[in-house]
Amino acid sequence: MVDVKRIQEGSYDLISIIGEVDASSSIELDNAMSEAINSGRKEFLVDCSALEYISSAGLGVFMSYIEEFKRHEISIAFFGLNEKVANVFEILGLDQLLTIKDSKEEAQSTL
Amino acid sequence: MKYSYKVPCKKEKLRDIRSFVKDILEKHGLSEIDSSTLVLAIDEVCANLIIHSHECNAKDSIEIVVKVESGSGIIFDIIDKAEIFDIDGYKEPKLEDIIKKQRKGGLGLILVKRIMDEIQIVQESSKNICRMTKKIDVA
Repeated sequence: MVDVKRIQEGSYDLISIIGEVDASSSIELDNAMSEAINSGRKEFLVDCSALEYISSAGLGVFMSYIEEFKRHEISIAFFGLNEKVANVFEILGLDQLLTIKDSKEEAQSTL
Repeated sequence: MKYSYKVPCKKEKLRDIRSFVKDILEKHGLSEIDSSTLVLAIDEVCANLIIHSHECNAKDSIEIVVKVESGSGIIFDIIDKAEIFDIDGYKEPKLEDIIKKQRKGGLGLILVKRIMDEIQIVQESSKNICRMTKKIDVA
C-alpha cells in the first residue's frame, strides 16, 4: 500500500512516499521515519508527489516526530503534496507546524 | 438513494471502504476534494472501530450505509453491534499536547468532527449507529 524510499542526495536525504498511508500501512512510514532520524543525517526533503492518500494514522507519524526533529536538530521540509493530501494537512493545522512547499527547489532552500 | 456495504473487521478492508464511499460520492456529482474529505472521515471512524472496538477480529463486521438525499445532503451510518464511542462528546486534545507527548493517535476523531456537520450515536435494538450528516449539494 505504501513504499518509502530514502536516497542520499548531497547534503540531504530525499524521502519519497509512494502510495496510500492509512491505519493499515502507517507502520511502514513510521519505521522509515524512525530509521531516517536515527541515521544521523540532519537534513531531509520529503517528496509527497506520489502520496495518493493520507489519514490521521499517517499524519500522526509526522506529528509524533516533531519533538525528535527538534531534539536531533534535524531540518525537514515537505513538497509536492496533491490538493487532496494538502487539504488533510490543513484541516488539522499541520501546515502551520511543518515546512511545506510546492516544489523541491523551494523546499530545499528552507533546509 | 441508499447504499450499503458490510465488511469484516480487518484493517486491510479500509481501502475497499474508501473506494465504496468514493464511487458513491463521485456518482452523485461531488467534487474530488469534497469527496476525498468525506471519504477520509468515514475511513477514520471505521479504522477506529476495527482497531479499537474489534481489535481487528475478522469474525466481527461493521456495516456502512450511505443515504444520499438530493437537496439536503448525505447521511453516513456506521453500524456496529459493539458499543460506539461518543465521537460528538469527544473533547479535542490540543495539537501541542499531542506533539509534546509524541502520541500517534487522537487525530482521527478531530478530523471527523471538523469534516462532518452533525454526529450522533443512535442505539437501535441490538445495533449501535454512528450517524454523520453532511449538508452538501448532491445530484
